[in-house]
Amino acid sequence: MSWILDNVSTIVDATWAHLWLALPAIVISFVVAVPVAWVASRFRRSRFTLLLVAGLIYAIPSLPLFIILPLILGTPVRSIVNVIAALGLYGVALMVRYAADALDAVSKDTVLAATAMGYGPMRRFFGVQLPLAGPALLAGLRVVAVSTVSLVPVSALLGVNSLGLLFTDGFQRGIFAEVFAGIAATVAVAVVVDLGLVALGKLLMPWERASLRGARRRTHTEDEQAVAA
Amino acid sequence: MNYIGAALAWLGDPANASGPNGWHARMVEHLWYTALATVIACLVGIPLGYAVGHAHRFRTAIVSSTGAARALPTLGVVTLFGLLLGIGLEAPMLAFVLLALPSVLAGAYSGVEGAPRDAVDAARAMGMTEWQILFKVEAPLGMPLLLGGIRSAALQVLATATLAAYVGAGGLGRFLFLGLKTQNYPMMVASSLVVVELAVIVDLAFELVDRLVRRSVPAGAVAS
Repeated sequence: MSWILDNVSTIVDATWAHLWLALPAIVISFVVAVPVAWVASRFRRSRFTLLLVAGLIYAIPSLPLFIILPLILGTPVRSIVNVIAALGLYGVALMVRYAADALDAVSKDTVLAATAMGYGPMRRFFGVQLPLAGPALLAGLRVVAVSTVSLVPVSALLGVNSLGLLFTDGFQRGIFAEVFAGIAATVAVAVVVDLGLVALGKLLMPWERASLRGARRRTHTEDEQAVAA
Repeated sequence: MNYIGAALAWLGDPANASGPNGWHARMVEHLWYTALATVIACLVGIPLGYAVGHAHRFRTAIVSSTGAARALPTLGVVTLFGLLLGIGLEAPMLAFVLLALPSVLAGAYSGVEGAPRDAVDAARAMGMTEWQILFKVEAPLGMPLLLGGIRSAALQVLATATLAAYVGAGGLGRFLFLGLKTQNYPMMVASSLVVVELAVIVDLAFELVDRLVRRSVPAGAVAS
């Protein structure tokens, strides 16, 4: 355990580097996956193909992708851009399915009502579909965020700085505490990012908690009515 | 795209394909690791998932522990066990089982837990014992979900098994790490292509089994 106390600054540096690889990738996953999911949900025939492609991308092993992607992008293997792009690609592939399901679950009647009220496609999407799909989108993004954070360390095999370097360095030098600290810190980053997303969700969707309480109160009174009847 | 051409040439060269260090042997080894880790995960995960799913208890414990297990970085677990158990297959195998377990457990659990209550109650009313209910009603109805769990577990292990070579075991990861050290891109791309191809084949095989299983279960009664 003395290794941890002697190397606090290394762990903190690696944690920040880890976060700066994971966060952009998570943002990219959301921003790219939602429009793709909209296409999949709007045009029925494209759905099968888009989800199949997403599934195949997700099946590519991560280490080979980190190696092959620079050849396609023209970036150096150890470039941060390459790592973020690879993580983003996995995130998009995973998120598309969740986002397509979330958009599909929005009540068709509500969308039709918005159309009847004269909402254009843009306003209908941002004003009606996106907020209603919000909670399901958030649930999907939380899964994507945790899996992205736990995937980052593989990039350390290429020499990119992240908490993964504690694994490779600790293994090569035989320092158990270093590897253990790396695992604990990675899980901690995943938990913090997850809590951050939950907080962001509460901030952006304040009606969620209100409607949950409302729903509980409603079922409660319904139960009472059932008992009274 | 000339890298793909070079990679295919590398794969086609008999010197790289045959022998104990050729990619044919490494591919078989890779599949063997995947199968072994998936089977061990099933031996542990299915009984546990069935027990918890049948009892309709500890739902939160299962959901939160599988979620926590997904946050574990596999490279960290592989190197940690590598330090504890030394060079060889034990360390990566233990890490792969840990990687596969959440998916199998979730599949077994949700399949049994999600079996329609009507069917379970009817079976109980007909006088079936709890074991009969589990194996003749809940387990068959939950089979598609269990299979889905095993499928994603196997694909995850297949994709991650390249890391085994980092702690001295074999598999297709050998060529990746060798290629990384010697800057041999055709070799790295070639072995990556083989891993991706294996993933597609395994996924298609599971798709086939899934269709067969679904045909044997009444469509409306499947757990979801």
